[in-house]
Amino acid sequence: MSLRLRDGGRLIDRSARMAFQFDGRSLTGFAGDTLASALLANDKMLVGRSFKYHRPRGVVASGAEEPNALVNLAQGGTFEPNQRATTTELFDGLTATSQNHWPSLEHDIGAVNSSLARFLPAGFYYKTFIHPRPFWKHIYEPFIRQSAGLGKAPKDRDADRYEHFYYFCDLVVIGGGVAGLQAARVAGEAGAKVLLLEQSAHWGGRAPVDGGEIDGRPAEAWVTDTLAVLEAMPNVTLRSRCMGAGVYDHGYLLAYERLTDHAPQADGPRHRLWRIRTQQIITATGAIERPLSFAGNDIPGVMLASAVRDYVVNYGVAPGQRTVVVTNNDDGYRTAICLKQAGLDVPRILDARETGGGALMEEARALGIRIDCGRAVGKVQGGKRVKSVQVCAQKGSGSALEEVACDAVAMSGGWSPVVHLWSHCGGKLVWDDVQAHFRPDADRPPLGRSGQGFVAVAGAANGALTGAVADADAMARGVVQAIGLKPGKGIAPAETQPEELPIEPVWLMPAQAKTELKAKAWLDYQNDVKVSDVQLAAREGFESVEHTKRYTTLGMATDQGKLSNINGLAILSDALGQPIPQTGTTTFRPPYTPISMGAIAGEARGDIFQPVRETPMYGWNDSNGADWEPVGHWRRPYAYVRSGETVHDAVMREVTNTRENVGLLDASTLGKLIVKGPDAGKFLDMLYTNMMSTLKPGRCRYGLMCTENGFLTDDGVVARIDEDTFLCHTTTGGADRIHAHMEEWLQTEWWDWQVYVANVTEQYAQIGVVGPKARAVLETLGGMDLSAEALPFMAWADGKIGAFDARAYRVSFSGELSYEIAVPASRGQAFWDALLEAGKAHGIMPYGTEALHIMRAEKGFIMIGDETDGTVIPQDLGLNWAISKKKDDYLGKRAQERVHMTDPDRWKLVGLETVDGSVLPDGAYAVAEGTNANGQRNMQGRVTSTYHSPTLGKGIAMGLVKHGPDRMGEVLEFPGTDGTVFKAKIVDPVFYDKDGDKQNV
Amino acid sequence: MLILTCPYCGVDADETELTPGGEAHLTRHGPGSSDDDFHDYLFARDNPRGVHFERWRHTYGCGKWFHAARSTDTLEVFGTYPAQTTEPPKDICDKISGERPGWSWRIFG
Amino acid sequence: MKRYSAFAIAREALRHHSGWERAWASPEPKRKYDVIIVGAGGHGLATAYYLGKNFGITNVAVLEKGWLGGGNTGRNTTIIRSNYLQDASAAIYEKSRSLYEDLSQDLNYNVMFSPRGVMMLAQTHHEVRGYQRTAHANALQGVATEYIGPERVKELCPIICIDGPRYPVLGALWQPRGGTARHDAVAWGYARACSAMGMDIIQKCEVTGVRSEGGKVRGVETSKGPIECDKLGVVVAGHSGVLAEMAGFRLPIESVALQALVSEPIKPCMDVVVMANTVHGYMSQSDKGEMVIGGGADGYNNYTQRGSFHHIEETVRALIETFPMISRLKMLRQWGGIVDMTGDRSPILSKTPLEGCFINCGWGTGGFKAIPGSGWGMAQLMATGASPLTAEFSLDRFKEGRFIDESVAAGVAH
Repeated sequence: MSLRLRDGGRLIDRSARMAFQFDGRSLTGFAGDTLASALLANDKMLVGRSFKYHRPRGVVASGAEEPNALVNLAQGGTFEPNQRATTTELFDGLTATSQNHWPSLEHDIGAVNSSLARFLPAGFYYKTFIHPRPFWKHIYEPFIRQSAGLGKAPKDRDADRYEHFYYFCDLVVIGGGVAGLQAARVAGEAGAKVLLLEQSAHWGGRAPVDGGEIDGRPAEAWVTDTLAVLEAMPNVTLRSRCMGAGVYDHGYLLAYERLTDHAPQADGPRHRLWRIRTQQIITATGAIERPLSFAGNDIPGVMLASAVRDYVVNYGVAPGQRTVVVTNNDDGYRTAICLKQAGLDVPRILDARETGGGALMEEARALGIRIDCGRAVGKVQGGKRVKSVQVCAQKGSGSALEEVACDAVAMSGGWSPVVHLWSHCGGKLVWDDVQAHFRPDADRPPLGRSGQGFVAVAGAANGALTGAVADADAMARGVVQAIGLKPGKGIAPAETQPEELPIEPVWLMPAQAKTELKAKAWLDYQNDVKVSDVQLAAREGFESVEHTKRYTTLGMATDQGKLSNINGLAILSDALGQPIPQTGTTTFRPPYTPISMGAIAGEARGDIFQPVRETPMYGWNDSNGADWEPVGHWRRPYAYVRSGETVHDAVMREVTNTRENVGLLDASTLGKLIVKGPDAGKFLDMLYTNMMSTLKPGRCRYGLMCTENGFLTDDGVVARIDEDTFLCHTTTGGADRIHAHMEEWLQTEWWDWQVYVANVTEQYAQIGVVGPKARAVLETLGGMDLSAEALPFMAWADGKIGAFDARAYRVSFSGELSYEIAVPASRGQAFWDALLEAGKAHGIMPYGTEALHIMRAEKGFIMIGDETDGTVIPQDLGLNWAISKKKDDYLGKRAQERVHMTDPDRWKLVGLETVDGSVLPDGAYAVAEGTNANGQRNMQGRVTSTYHSPTLGKGIAMGLVKHGPDRMGEVLEFPGTDGTVFKAKIVDPVFYDKDGDKQNV
Repeated sequence: MLILTCPYCGVDADETELTPGGEAHLTRHGPGSSDDDFHDYLFARDNPRGVHFERWRHTYGCGKWFHAARSTDTLEVFGTYPAQTTEPPKDICDKISGERPGWSWRIFG
Repeated sequence: MKRYSAFAIAREALRHHSGWERAWASPEPKRKYDVIIVGAGGHGLATAYYLGKNFGITNVAVLEKGWLGGGNTGRNTTIIRSNYLQDASAAIYEKSRSLYEDLSQDLNYNVMFSPRGVMMLAQTHHEVRGYQRTAHANALQGVATEYIGPERVKELCPIICIDGPRYPVLGALWQPRGGTARHDAVAWGYARACSAMGMDIIQKCEVTGVRSEGGKVRGVETSKGPIECDKLGVVVAGHSGVLAEMAGFRLPIESVALQALVSEPIKPCMDVVVMANTVHGYMSQSDKGEMVIGGGADGYNNYTQRGSFHHIEETVRALIETFPMISRLKMLRQWGGIVDMTGDRSPILSKTPLEGCFINCGWGTGGFKAIPGSGWGMAQLMATGASPLTAEFSLDRFKEGRFIDESVAAGVAH
């Protein structure tokens, strides 16, 4: 059983007891524990179930590489699935439940999969569940989905906050072990602005556990001293609980700081995402120990040797009382020595090497531990915990020589550098035959924007499993020079460690393991991938490492193969009979370990996710019944709904009132661009299809804009302010887009033209005063002369209206007598109020966008976005009158000459009127006879806008119809989506006041 | 996550300040041009795996359009220059030649 | 080819799966083939498959510079739908979707087509009208879609927030027989079937040149030597421009990065595919339990298969507004692919200026769903010189101004 030792535990505070719950059971641990160490201290060897076979799973590691010990943490708005117990700091009141089982962790029905494992090899689902067809969706797939998936889905809205943080520096050192500390010190002393990140809460990495001396002092003391030196440097910033998550192009680095995961009651954001730009990065991310692939290596109680000593030294927790150590390298002996020194039993060290190890082996032997060389684990016996191991010869096929009773197995298969961050942005790897691992190839680093490498690697991450501090010292000196600084004169601290003999790669234990053993030798614990699965993949032709990964799911679990990848590709290489480097690795992708979606999103959520652009009258609109319609980042009132009304009622009322009395429109969102300069007229002649240069100051003209590809993109009224100045109105959605469009042409094509453009959309509040009584209302306020003589249709003038400085445009999008009046934005609400007050006697009411749309449709005016959709040219809409024949060129002119654009069969704008007065459905198509070559019903037109017109008391619509203008009076059929067929007559698109008498009064 | 130096305001601008605008140094063809020329102007694009000249706008900065010479396979930036020119500046071409001998531009003429 | 079945698995289980044969052969190239397809992604393999199945042309080589299915086929978010607006698109995507329905049985390989339904949310009035239009068009095109209201949206996908503060859900275009499939399995299934017909799939064979004579294609130069052919199909997605350059013509294509990400796996909580175009994001849940998420493409030419992180931020932010619960999930992995974008964002399936050379490219951000239909049409085009499925997607449409613009109804295509 696993238990808390009487003494020891450098990271825990035995005076601070912490209560927590696991699967509903109340347990206790100490401050400084991780959830994993606290669970082990309570003899919780079984902590979860695997993905596919629902095998019992126990803690196997002590850090970010842990694939097994994943829990559902907390409840409600702070619930989170798949939390790694090994990196979850214990806090008082923590609640966790185990995952992926039913009905309970101990008794899991899904474990039947384990006994059927033989029938569920890698890729079995590709080969079966094929018949009968509907069964996949309705029976097989739901079953597979339910049995996979690990943690539960969160149900509630996230109760926490997150933030983003920007940081700029010369160098980021990732990893706060001895290599990282030394690298930061070298760079800090040279004067660089340095950020040093450590993913855990503790500095020093493995060194304090593994022992040895640096500069003649115990590693832990050296760490403490160095940390003090760094903290005193103003140019060095240290952050613990902050992981380097991803390296991106041009020195962009993401770091993920967990601020309150360990103290959920604390104020402030839970996570902080650091968005860093740095000249150089040093990754000092250490190395991860590899498991050994022997049968039963997944049974709870089998752990990485380094993790076993981490639990003993850091937390005073023994994973077992009798631990068999199995290794292929000298480092594994450290665990045996550590256990023995803690008073625990180590019945056997199995060293796969025929001749064993060096100094550490002698030390272990001196402690009285029995060491068997050339020996291996044939098989671990046990179910939910280890009972014994069968010992065999490493060179054999697994015949048991003896059985050794134990309750834990510590395995060491050698160390793999953590190369993830080096690789994210294209850093290449090289295979190190001596140490049997991939390490960064310093000659092929990730390249920055200057084409030079911008990532360097230090310490164990660089393959320096010994001499990490010296390696870091040398690397940092190089990087300091790359930054353009001069490294100091200091010499690298000397490290003292026992001499080690080389590792002997062991990819399968024993080397000739029998088939049934290979089917029990796990590579990927979480996804249940075994040696036999990788061999099967190779046999079936999945020769690329990416194929094998995808076919078997090796390395695709939440640990992203931190423990399994190298072992898996060694098995694959062996199966293919090729050296490991030829097989290569899969691509390393960010993040290093999973980071919260909340942190990625940052602060921008809820109301400040895409903040709403507000007009000066936004607040008034909102408190006066506005039914909002999002338009770009604005919101416009669709209608002002009064109590007792439906939205439709409100729209009808607004149209009728505007036609009979007077309406007010908040038109402030319309784009307003000032185009100024000696060449402004010439420029607008290129931008618009119309001739704008001939417009007289004081007058307005409706204009059309096309893309260079010929399609209609925007429209609006242009007012000439003076000889050099125009004010161009755009659609609400068009202001920024058209402004950018103008700048692009001015800067990149006609850069010698003297024209300046300013977007003044938000400088003005613009209000439409619309309806037969509009003039009367404005005259009530007094001021400038707004008579038909002084300000005729399509003219504008500056002046005072009441107390307001105003610019009045006599334009009409409704067909009514209409003024659009611009006042300074700051005066918008006051002017609106004044108009409402002045209009009281005339029945004034505000109206929204839908009433606006209906009135323009009654008049046959097109709407960008309704009649146009990016495929429509002005000629389709009968707007030839707005296309100047006198101009040689305008944007879109050449495009409109292409064969498809001049095709007489293009659909053209017409009015549509149902024969029974009903409203045509939005987006309906007119059918023609027969079907096309693909069996689709032929079509001959479509509805572009359709409304009920309260003015005419019937449905009206506009549409594009093949040869439409030549087919007046013809009745077309428009099938609905519900089986009904609407019949509509082709009519003139102007339904109301064809002669324009009403707007010209 | 690119950084490009805006040749107008001198700022090392993060990609989020910039708007990409496609291939640079296109010749506009208007009315009177052939169908082929007009098609190529609008649609035919150099799409090399290597040196590319492209347009960018410092949208959330000075608002100016500029050009960048950049590699599409390593993302190395060889230089940036104002948009008011019809071909890449010589110093940038020389720099590219130094780093990537034998490179060519518009091999289709 | 030994058939796959539950029985076969049981039989093999008894002998520890020692009897499974290679899914596809790994031959050296012959001197000459009737047809060479460059690119062993989904589209290339499907083209080869239907050349054999529909036209009896089996003297075919499929050349792949890396490993089959290693490009965008294995990097996409696996969405299958055919609710397109324009006739030409609806025809090819619906053909494709209908082939997916029976693909597992046809290939004797479970591609896990899961017609769980795809909904495209309408979050502005403009989108409402656009999707209503699409629903009308689809009804005439033989594509089963329906415009549904917000309550039905919530019923089909309970984790969605329909009354968020910024963009409440106003409705959705719902295609009940849209869904997902296992992307790798599509490539593997086609490869296995092609191999069984005697075609040669040659991996790690990079095409370095195109040989022609008198304006007609003669073969290709490869890293494994020259190989002759009568007809050549170039089906290489992001690298189409590079191949076209070898064949001596230019394409209206730019290659940009498109990114995707997955969360850690969780128990089933979402049984439909949801696309939210106003906020630019889409999400579904894989059979493993991961939330599979995609968003917008980068705007600049890029061959690195790495994108810019701010797109990931924007996508995740948008989806948290739509699905608040994902805020407490973690991003497990992000990646990128190189997508080939044409001038109108619709694909090119066409003859080329070089006689005997055909091109299939420009699928941009949405090629996976089209694989079977694209292969079907492309095979017909290559075998007979014309196909109604591909007719509108010809290369000359750009010159004529005859675009197939799908952005009409929805902001982002996928």
